[in-house]
Amino acid sequence: MNRIENLSRRGFLQGVLSTGAFVLGAQFVPEALLSAPSDGRATADAGLGAAGDPVGATAFHPNVFVGLEPDGTVVIVAHRSEMGTGSRTSLPRIVADEMEADWSRVRIVQATGDAKYGNQDTDGSHSVRSFFEAMRVYGATARTMLVQAAALQWNVPASECQASPEPHVVTHVPTGRTAGYGELAAAAARLPVPPKESLQLKPRSEWRYIGKDASIFDLQDICTGKAGYGMDAHREGMLFASVEHPPVLGGKVASLDDSDALKVPGVRQTVAIEPFKPPHAFQPLGGVAVIADNTWAAFQGRRKLKINWDNGANASFNSDAYRKELEQTVRQPCKVAWNRGDVDAEFAKGAKTLEAGYYVPLLAHASMEPPVAVAEYRDGRVEAWAPTQDPQAVQETVGQVLGVPKENVLCHVTLLGGAFGRKSKPDYVAEAAVLSKKTGRPVKVVWTREDDIKFDYYHTVAAAYMKAALGANGMPTAWLQRSAFPPIGSTFELNNTYGSGGELGMGWTDTPFAIPNLRAENGPAAAHVRIGWLRSVANIYHAFAVQSFAAELAHEAGRDQLDYLLALIGPDRVIDKKNLGADYDNMGADYKDYPVDTARLRRVAELAAEQSGWGKRKLGPGQGMGIAAHRSFVTYVATVVQVEMDQQGKVRIGRVDSAVDTGTVVNPDSVRNQMEGAAVFGASLAKYGEITATNGAINQGNFTDYGMCRINEAPREIHVHIVQSDAPPAGVGEPGVPPFAPALCNAIFAATGKRVRELPLTRSGLA
Amino acid sequence: MIQLTINGVRQSFDGDPEMPLLWYLRDGLGLTGTKFGCGIGVCGSCVVHQNGAAVRACMTPVRVAAGAEIVTIEALGSGHEGGLHPVQKAWMAHNVPQCGYCQAGQIMQAAALLKSTPHPTDADIDQGMAGNICRCGTYQRIRGAIKAAAGEAV
Repeated sequence: MNRIENLSRRGFLQGVLSTGAFVLGAQFVPEALLSAPSDGRATADAGLGAAGDPVGATAFHPNVFVGLEPDGTVVIVAHRSEMGTGSRTSLPRIVADEMEADWSRVRIVQATGDAKYGNQDTDGSHSVRSFFEAMRVYGATARTMLVQAAALQWNVPASECQASPEPHVVTHVPTGRTAGYGELAAAAARLPVPPKESLQLKPRSEWRYIGKDASIFDLQDICTGKAGYGMDAHREGMLFASVEHPPVLGGKVASLDDSDALKVPGVRQTVAIEPFKPPHAFQPLGGVAVIADNTWAAFQGRRKLKINWDNGANASFNSDAYRKELEQTVRQPCKVAWNRGDVDAEFAKGAKTLEAGYYVPLLAHASMEPPVAVAEYRDGRVEAWAPTQDPQAVQETVGQVLGVPKENVLCHVTLLGGAFGRKSKPDYVAEAAVLSKKTGRPVKVVWTREDDIKFDYYHTVAAAYMKAALGANGMPTAWLQRSAFPPIGSTFELNNTYGSGGELGMGWTDTPFAIPNLRAENGPAAAHVRIGWLRSVANIYHAFAVQSFAAELAHEAGRDQLDYLLALIGPDRVIDKKNLGADYDNMGADYKDYPVDTARLRRVAELAAEQSGWGKRKLGPGQGMGIAAHRSFVTYVATVVQVEMDQQGKVRIGRVDSAVDTGTVVNPDSVRNQMEGAAVFGASLAKYGEITATNGAINQGNFTDYGMCRINEAPREIHVHIVQSDAPPAGVGEPGVPPFAPALCNAIFAATGKRVRELPLTRSGLA
Repeated sequence: MIQLTINGVRQSFDGDPEMPLLWYLRDGLGLTGTKFGCGIGVCGSCVVHQNGAAVRACMTPVRVAAGAEIVTIEALGSGHEGGLHPVQKAWMAHNVPQCGYCQAGQIMQAAALLKSTPHPTDADIDQGMAGNICRCGTYQRIRGAIKAAAGEAV
């Protein structure tokens, strides 16, 4: 589905473009975005509005715009959020490439939240995958119309005119006559849009920007302190708020004494925020807000609040006891999510078996910019400025909480100071809106780091149980994997305890091993904290269990870990979707374009190994290498980690080699940067990441007790190897994370003989 | 009334003298390049220069900065070619930032490091930069940019 319209005289982008500009609008709704979401959100969307189907299938809603000013400035609207993955640069570069625009004359304007753009929820590593072809068609349309405008002006056939090799100019080839894009804007604005079938997309060999390294658009602003994040949003006359949330999910204020808080200079008032109505979804947690003249006064006032809480049922949650329950759950038969052959019959034959349990705790996002938002309520309308991954969810949530139509909520998207999934949930924006309505002034809500860590939508806690029967050659004849984790669906639906097809499809119902008998199961687990997406989501605990267990089997078989992993992956083949889990959704990607291709997984494993010096590098005592390979977000990544144990028995991560096959690459430098960052993110969660709870309240609160790698603790050298590929573009932001922790733990085993089955490494004294 | 100089401009502050410099810069003066990250001086997002040394603005009460010369990211490049300090240029040449939120603090810290240690070893960089967290994990590029800027930074 793909419609483009000439909007030059329709007043779109008023204030951004001048009246003489040439403006194209288009509706690009990737089919994947119209299907049900993959990660348990369908329920939520049903409760919140219509985010699952934001665009009518027949009505025309322009969702991407490119404008051309008479002075030659090209304005491209970025409709997805920039949280550090580079999509605000990559998508416009695809348009500019096909348009033959000069990148130095491109200006990027960030879209507000609006259903007319289609899905804007910047998650799931699919901005480039879902919009690559659309952006190309879009740029080609603009180029074609500019060529036609020039041809008409010169009264020559359009076939004699072209828009390359010099960018931003149309040339009449026989005469060498040229016209700049800016000069052609007015004429192009009067032309009809050519049908898609008539467009000629550029061949790969003529790509100007796609596949070439580029700096991100906001680079200089970031390095000079000018870039605008949510934390920097400002409205004249705004007040500042800091919110004391119930320490336990679902808690309520039993009594409040704010007399001391009100004595703090600069504090104006306190405002109660109502508790949410279950399920909590994206609603504010409730609590008491301190409203002040500046952030500091609001923080100080909050410390003086005296609140007695009615903690409610979740006060029974203790993470240590809960872990035991989860581990018991996976020791019993659970719901079958995927089955091949008959593992029970194979186990009953009495061959040698191996069992192991794995555990990954709750994790927090801890983006450097804590949740923050500015909102202004006036006459039934709300204007918000927020670092959000999903401005339409802001519209829906704010509309729901304030009882105004979502169309009356305007959400400006700032740059995001990191997000990692946290900022897909707009509870903090709704807080600002509630407080603005109650105070009659624009309000900025600033979460402290403690608020961020204690009131996150956590990456879920997970236990896994693995069992395999080994044949005569040491390869498994049967493989059973069971997991249990409070699902993301619990955030949107009461009593939701099983993993969704989307969550299980992240490394549990698509294990690409050539094993004749294989069964994946999933057990129930109730949530006692808010659960949400975190960079690479369920792949983290699934890949940890699968890739660790694979290495355990290799050891049992007395084989090299790489060789054994390659044997498990087996012969090169494209796996028939029928042979994957019944609910396997492939991250919404069309399976025919993005099948599970074991040759690609094998190739990244071999490439990472080769580049790391696997099997050739001389390792001293206390040194070791480990590998893991995992497909997620329809991208293939293998990571080799080299470690050395120091004199205190702590692990030091030396060199990392990550090989990635993500199909066609738009910006190789962005891919390298994301893969480097994923290694650090993986190292952080493996070494230090752990959220625990006592009587329902979270024990951690800042970087002092929720640690993450600093420069001296991060991998020292990260080498990224990109597989050259003409396959369709796949995900980049997340897939580097899942293989890291198992590769690290496999390396620790190689170095020490000690098998790590629980994260983080601080639990076993290794970090 | 507390007098101090911020980015070359004399300022008079008459608020709570215990207010951290961070919030005076951000809420009082609109200098938002200096970021709030942890509030307890352990992440480095708020690093500014006080009389040339790197300090955590979130842990520096305004009274402590009385009479001091404060430089923030907005003015780091003043007087340098193109308005960019060599560390900023190196950061750009290495495409260091991802989300970018911590980078003002990283750059201010690196500039202070290079002032005291013009040719830092890896160990110097570890020690000098360990107080700055980057959640996106750009440390390898930070290290490379610091090495590239070494010797040029003043």
